[in-house]
Amino acid sequence: MSSTWEIVIGMEVHVQPRTRSKMFCGCAIGELGDPPNTHVCEVCLGLPGVLPVPNKAAVEACLKTALALGCEIPRHTKFDRKNYMYPDLPKGYQISQYDLPMSVNGHLEVGGHKVRIRRVHLEEDTGKLVHAGDKLHKAWESYVDLNRAGVPLMEIVTEPDIRSADQARDYAMELRTLLRTIGASEADMEKGQLRAEPNVSIRRQGSEELGVKTELKNINSFRALHRAILFEVDRHRQVLESGGTVVQETRGWSEAEQRTFSQRSKELAEDYRYFPEPDIPPLELDPPWIERLREALPEMPAPRRERLVRAHGLPASDVAVIGADRELADLFEGAVATGAAAKQVANWIVGEVAPTGKLPSAANLGELVKLVTDGSITRDQGREVLAESVETGRTPAEIVAEHGFQQVSDESELRVLAQAVIDANPKAAADFRGGKKQAMQALMAELRKRAPQANPRAANEVLIRLLS
Amino acid sequence: MLARLGIEPGDEAYYAEQLSGILEHIDRLQQLDTEHIPPTAQVVEVASRLREDEPRPSLTQEEALANAPAAVNGFFRVPSIQEET
Amino acid sequence: MTDDLTRLTVKEAHRLLRLGSVSAADMVTAHVERIERLDPHVKAYLRFTPELWEKQAAEADRLIHEGESRPLLGIPIAIKDVLCVRGVETTAGSQILKGFRPPYTATAVQRLFDAGALMLGVTNCDEFAMGSSTENSSYFPTRNPWDLERVPGGSSGGSAAAVAAGEAMIALGTDTGGSIRQPAALCGVVGMKPTYGRVSRYGLIAFASSLDQVGPFARSVDDAAVVLSLMSGFDPLDATSSERPGMEVLNNYGAGVKGMRLGVPREYYDVKGIEPGVKAAIDAALAVLRMQGAETVDVSLPHTDYGLAAYYIIAPAECSSNLARFDGVRYGLSEVDAPNITEQYLETRRKGFGGEVLRRVMLGTYALSSGYYDAYYLKAQKVRTLIKRDFDEAFKKCDAIVSATSPTVAFPLGAKTQDPLSMYLCDVLTLGGNLAGLPGISVPCGTSDGLPVGLQVLAPQWGENVALRVARAYEEASQVTAQVADVV
Ligand SMILES: [Zn+2]
Repeated sequence: MSSTWEIVIGMEVHVQPRTRSKMFCGCAIGELGDPPNTHVCEVCLGLPGVLPVPNKAAVEACLKTALALGCEIPRHTKFDRKNYMYPDLPKGYQISQYDLPMSVNGHLEVGGHKVRIRRVHLEEDTGKLVHAGDKLHKAWESYVDLNRAGVPLMEIVTEPDIRSADQARDYAMELRTLLRTIGASEADMEKGQLRAEPNVSIRRQGSEELGVKTELKNINSFRALHRAILFEVDRHRQVLESGGTVVQETRGWSEAEQRTFSQRSKELAEDYRYFPEPDIPPLELDPPWIERLREALPEMPAPRRERLVRAHGLPASDVAVIGADRELADLFEGAVATGAAAKQVANWIVGEVAPTGKLPSAANLGELVKLVTDGSITRDQGREVLAESVETGRTPAEIVAEHGFQQVSDESELRVLAQAVIDANPKAAADFRGGKKQAMQALMAELRKRAPQANPRAANEVLIRLLS
Repeated sequence: MLARLGIEPGDEAYYAEQLSGILEHIDRLQQLDTEHIPPTAQVVEVASRLREDEPRPSLTQEEALANAPAAVNGFFRVPSIQEET
Repeated sequence: MTDDLTRLTVKEAHRLLRLGSVSAADMVTAHVERIERLDPHVKAYLRFTPELWEKQAAEADRLIHEGESRPLLGIPIAIKDVLCVRGVETTAGSQILKGFRPPYTATAVQRLFDAGALMLGVTNCDEFAMGSSTENSSYFPTRNPWDLERVPGGSSGGSAAAVAAGEAMIALGTDTGGSIRQPAALCGVVGMKPTYGRVSRYGLIAFASSLDQVGPFARSVDDAAVVLSLMSGFDPLDATSSERPGMEVLNNYGAGVKGMRLGVPREYYDVKGIEPGVKAAIDAALAVLRMQGAETVDVSLPHTDYGLAAYYIIAPAECSSNLARFDGVRYGLSEVDAPNITEQYLETRRKGFGGEVLRRVMLGTYALSSGYYDAYYLKAQKVRTLIKRDFDEAFKKCDAIVSATSPTVAFPLGAKTQDPLSMYLCDVLTLGGNLAGLPGISVPCGTSDGLPVGLQVLAPQWGENVALRVARAYEEASQVTAQVADVV
């Protein structure tokens, strides 16, 4: 990037709130790969005469998100119709929010940089189109699946405050952490529960004017978000430096070709003819309701990460994992509260728990870490115990007792065992006495074969003593 | 292409003429000073009607497609989405 | 004898059915015979539902036999073609919905079924309820049973004509700007539009969502009242439906008008184009009400002249959006083999929509488009506030407002089809009630040149019982009741 250009990015992120049913009807939320048109009813099919009734859980998820982003919540909000005809839009309009969104003016801190949130509002998703033929512009016909139509979506719009592809990615990741922390969404990008659409423009360093922006779509991962922005910034720079002008348009990211391509410049002039949705009465956002939601919010990710460092002395690499997930952070602090060593707990979470995504109870993890730390069981045994504890919910102590994992550290028992091994392996014993230190390996192997539960460190010490 | 109505080219003048009477009549609204009048979008005071997040049975795929002019493999079929150039 | 059954009110029929002197099957037979004789002339019905009436009549007779009593058990009704009935072709009078069979039943209809009613068939209407004469039906016009060369009014003309001709005891209609009250007046029956939100709109194919309401046609005020009370009340499927108890529409409605103040708006009384015969009938009706102890007082609705203009922005704006779903993708008429989707939309809608629908969609699209929104749509919404305030002020001086329902009696077929504005003016006395969300009823109040005249009573929001009370007192005192027209 030449130093003469400044990157300006605003983000529109669509997030599917965690609900059991759709935004305006009782259809269950389907899974990716379900047969087409099996999660549809008269309402989300847009059959004539039916009416939308908003989902309370979706409204509350949106309000919680707005509160977590420090937004102002107005006293009243309403839904509006955004009118356009497209085969994936059954009613010929999308129910969205226009001039009285559910919240405005928030912010999210990303790596010490403040990104202002312009608005958070609620709307409904469209259906899905499958094109016969490999590309849209070559397709001779298309097929419509309305399983997604009417799924609730929160739209979170920033001001153009983001200055790099890194920052854009970090913003999206931080937003995901926040959404998971407050339980507003699972925010899984691959499942389409979080869709980031950056508006990218560049301008001469020091200029106050915004350049012409392009909006990027079809981005399915944080990596793709990063790459798409880098590509687009570079494209803008090349266009501008060769004396051209950037066309305001929507561009799609092609994962296969690793580039953006023009999708829709013609529809720029689309007039959505927004007007208040007459089928849904306005929403009164009563202050006591909002206060209840605010009070129920858990600790936000940023202060929590700070505490993980300050109170528990965790390194940044551990915080990056544990602080990014509320459940992991809860598990960490819960296990530490049982008296287990913080760094050990963190190691177990980062190394063993996070990769599987299956969480033990905090009490069980604390107990397990203590058993490993004080040498009662080996680390390998610990892994087995953890897996079984997650599976069955039983305590590590119970599992250890049942499997006989308890290590034998008792001096007198080990002495009997060691003597038997020496007697059975006179050659190895003689070699060791003769100065061949590696002969100890054979003796230890024999000992562990006879008694896997023996504490290896203690057994080793006993052997050395008997042979010297 | 207003509201995708499919008015035939020759009919435009006919509809314009039919609309002119009502448009002329409607213009009388401009006589009223409404600067400080709030708009009424909904006339009855009902507010905050939310439904609990409880799934209800959906239609079966057969029911969903029962009225479809063209259905293929569980989908609604539509012609090419390519816009005319 | 069987023909007599088609002249009964619900109240009378209910008594005979309960006594066992007639069966629900007899009721159906009598009506079907009369329909077969008269409907080829009147053309009130678009289609019939024998599969429903047979099942429902058998069930009603079984229940009667078991001694069960339901308010509409064995009562034959007709349903306007904009109210969805599960499995029954429902087309909103339009070609674009030809063959459409909804997998759900409108709440208002379901509640009448639950009360024991038998469905005879689907009645004709103006396409998407846009019209005042039923001539905008894409199938055929319905005739006025009192004069087959004249219109029945609209848009619920089929329902009004069916009740007037004895082809149904009750019919449901919908009223967006007068579409129940005006045809009730022109056909000489009782028709009532409730307060916006009183009756669920679920299953009503929307014309203008903020104005539409479902209501009954009947041959007596009592019948209209009981049917309305059965349909009323909260529906979880309609977020705009009220939680107020439906039965409150009957509160005290038989108490008479003694001591009531009835407002006569001068803008309505002297409305442009009112026929002298209509005015005379209204004068006589006011005299009857005064004799019953009511006081008539002058009131004013100063923004009346702007109501039509506001209405013809708001209703088309909403309809332009409501009708966007008719795209030929999921149901209805479709040019699915068009070369591309744009062509499919254009061809489907050009073939499927009639002229009046196209006009209103154009008008509404225009009123909502950027650059015109403030001058048209927003302006109209503000004027809607002014009109509502006019009524609020008037109701400080009176309990109910009385006027003619329509400035004219039924007009000849074709008289207004070439001049949309003249057709729109049919609703000038009724659409204010829709803009303000008020309940209103039209009751027969004599004739002019042998054609029925309707008296409209408007009440404050949620005051159905007040409107019914005035209408009932008038009906009782005047001895003017809805007659069954013997067409041929
Ligand atoms: Zn649904």
